[in-house]
Amino acid sequence: MSPETTTGHGDISTGVAGGDSNASATRITPGNALRPEDIALEVRTGLAKPTEDVAEYALRLGDDALVLAQRLGHWISRAPELEEDVALGNIALDQLGHARSFLSYAGGAWEKSEDDLAYFRREHEFRSVQLFEQPNGDFAVTIARQFIVSYYQFELYRRLTESSDETLAAIAAKAVKEVDYHRDHSAQWILRLAGGTDESRTRMIHGLRLMWPYVNELFQDDDLTQRLAEAGAAVAPSSLREDFDRLTGDVLQEAELEVPDVPAAPGGGRRGKHSEHLGYLLAEMQVLAREHPGASW
Amino acid sequence: MSPHGNPEVPASSASEVIRGAEQVPSGAPTPEAAATETKAAATTPASENQVPSIQPAVNHADRGAWGLWEVFVRSSRGLSHVHAGSLHAPDAAMALRNARDLYTRRNEGVSIWVVPADAIAASDPDAKGSFFESPQGKDYRHATYYTKSEGVKHL
Repeated sequence: MSPETTTGHGDISTGVAGGDSNASATRITPGNALRPEDIALEVRTGLAKPTEDVAEYALRLGDDALVLAQRLGHWISRAPELEEDVALGNIALDQLGHARSFLSYAGGAWEKSEDDLAYFRREHEFRSVQLFEQPNGDFAVTIARQFIVSYYQFELYRRLTESSDETLAAIAAKAVKEVDYHRDHSAQWILRLAGGTDESRTRMIHGLRLMWPYVNELFQDDDLTQRLAEAGAAVAPSSLREDFDRLTGDVLQEAELEVPDVPAAPGGGRRGKHSEHLGYLLAEMQVLAREHPGASW
Repeated sequence: MSPHGNPEVPASSASEVIRGAEQVPSGAPTPEAAATETKAAATTPASENQVPSIQPAVNHADRGAWGLWEVFVRSSRGLSHVHAGSLHAPDAAMALRNARDLYTRRNEGVSIWVVPADAIAASDPDAKGSFFESPQGKDYRHATYYTKSEGVKHL
């Protein structure tokens, strides 16, 4: 599968070009893009089936995005301004879209749906790295987490577009443009919080110090990533580190901040070892689906 | 205070009054000290007003200071930008990003303009009569009023 062969909604625009009254600024066109439903359909019809290794890998990336989407969703109605509510909500929805695509694809190896994987696995079965489950804290803490996440994901997805697995490559091609915007959003806020008031700068520094211990885990290789990287299907996490350090370093330098000198957390999220925070997050995320199995809302 | 004169925030907003009050030390100050404090508190907002309107790094202490921006979205090539709504943002760069998030979520646009709300001079709605009614009935201002002269080509 590739983005070219994927058929979306098509253009159902009702606007008529020509500068008349139909030239509305709010007309609706969904456009053509790869959707999670398309992947689920390909998996169901047997057009796309991941190998066991690829499914494990997709599960990791899907869990990262899912956990982050759940975290960011908590900001709705709580951000400093209404505009920022929407910005964080948009980012959360982008991440949820990536999660759905990855989980739909991963589920193809085990005959499980995205919902089976999202709602009916237990904490130790989640494969997300620990950074993504860290609590939101104040706005600066969330921006610090977004900063690390988006620069990491951008480097990852940028390379994953070259994957020999066509579905992974297609998901990455859709995701990389969205994550590019997430990078910009976090970098803009790093600059403003660091260059704002004494209070905002203090909080930005504090936020980065809280989150930086979890950077190391993002770039750890293991047997699975090594096998997949050799086969050209995945990206070795360690190969992303140099660009991540350089690009985040540039932003921090412009904000006159230093890369936090903090010891790395032990990690282990990819093996199902999580910090104390993930269980509570999952409890809230999964309760409705578990209380009412098969319910739709 | 907002450099853009956000109409939703009055010139002496409550937060500034409270901030000024906090600068008075607790305990009973001498009348002279109290007078100095009051003067200092009173001059702070005025000096903040001189901050240039568009800056890469913002320096607003309270969130009520975000200025109001008007957003114009062009839905596709060849069309003009159309007013879509307004939003709050600390500066032009963030206003563009907020506009992207608020007004182009459903694939509405290929280009965005943001303009500080107080940079727009608007006609007075009460002057509608004198401003806009004069052209009415003046058919001769439309090309269709005139009959085509004989023998003129390409009209």
